[in-house]
Amino acid sequence: MNKLSLSSLLVLVIRRDLVLALRRRADVLITLIFFVMVVSLFPLGVGPEPEMLRKMASGVVWVAALLASMLSLGRMFSVDYQDGTLEQMLLVPQSLSVLVLGKILAHWMVSGLPLVLMAPVLGLQFGLPMQSLGVLMLGLLLGTPVLSMIGAVGAALTLGLRGGGVLVSLLVLPLCIPVLIFGSGAVEAAASGMNYASHLSLLAALLVLALVLTPWVTAQALRISME
Amino acid sequence: MLEVSNLACVRGDHRLFAGLSFSLSAGELMQVQGANGSGKTSLLRTLCGFIMPEAGEVCWRGNDIRELEEEYCAELVYLGHLNAIKDDLNALENLRINAGLAGCAIDDKRAVAALRRMGLLGKELLPVKVLSQGQRRRVALARLLVSDAPLWILDEPLAALDAGAVDLMQELIGEHLSNSGMLIFTTHQPLQVAGVEIRSLALS
Repeated sequence: MNKLSLSSLLVLVIRRDLVLALRRRADVLITLIFFVMVVSLFPLGVGPEPEMLRKMASGVVWVAALLASMLSLGRMFSVDYQDGTLEQMLLVPQSLSVLVLGKILAHWMVSGLPLVLMAPVLGLQFGLPMQSLGVLMLGLLLGTPVLSMIGAVGAALTLGLRGGGVLVSLLVLPLCIPVLIFGSGAVEAAASGMNYASHLSLLAALLVLALVLTPWVTAQALRISME
Repeated sequence: MLEVSNLACVRGDHRLFAGLSFSLSAGELMQVQGANGSGKTSLLRTLCGFIMPEAGEVCWRGNDIRELEEEYCAELVYLGHLNAIKDDLNALENLRINAGLAGCAIDDKRAVAALRRMGLLGKELLPVKVLSQGQRRRVALARLLVSDAPLWILDEPLAALDAGAVDLMQELIGEHLSNSGMLIFTTHQPLQVAGVEIRSLALS
């Protein structure tokens, strides 16, 4: 019998979660529609002055992305928990951390990546200049995986709890503040002609840190939750 | 091979069992017996390492399973009350993914052969959600056929199975034991394996 290597385990988990997401497209679309809707409500609420909209665009897009990414966190492990697949996952003979990393990456592809691709369209709606759009997208590209990773820890800790969905947002949102600050800070810096590279570098550093730590922490949290 | 010494398990404030000791060697079959709520599932989950025992230890080939971790997982197949199959996937995809999670890559041919042996001929490509409860159980049990782990831990493997499938399970268990496998299981149905004495462990 061929033993699976770590990389093929990673590919297997990502493919599995993507196939499952494809067969339940509604769950994927809800995140995206929520994101578009929240961002589009702001011009209606605060009025159509282009100068003000341009100024608040990055903050609005980032906060909406933060909220939208909270929506799907509850499902990250709970579906597998309910049908018993999670028990089998804990018995994986290679590495639970790698398996968790696969689940996080698949979650990001389904709920984070669409936000990154949609963001420039929404930015145009707010009259953001070309360069700011690029920085906004780049920031989201670096920041949304961090949101998925921090969210995974919260989702694993609140697994099986009553009202876990709300709890996970309360737990995770404060931890996402640095991502929000550097992400929207980068766009503001770009808009005012300053150097935005430092903000993006810090986001990238957060990404690397989360990539190293969160899969392992999530794996431990899952073991505790399953007891 | 599997040695349990002085094991105790507490769920909430309730002590399920204490001072439990037994050992299981190759080719042996053990049935855990007890009334509802006597801790059968908790015992099996402790043996899998999901539950940290209150006292005592579980050893596999002389080493504590807490230290072996993934090495132990590679030699174990666990099947709980829940089937661990996805409604949106078909039987073949479910089996291949489950085998992958258990650490072995299998090809379509082998997976199809396993499903056919479980009596699912012609159902391989149907989404599992259209199958009956017993057929879903068969999909879950097909995992036993594609694994070469020596230790099987099965919680109510016969639940929802018809007489034909029960006979098939008895045959599979016989084959597994003659390949020097081991099995610990719980069931409320009678189970007989030709030529093997079933040891029993009573929880009170």
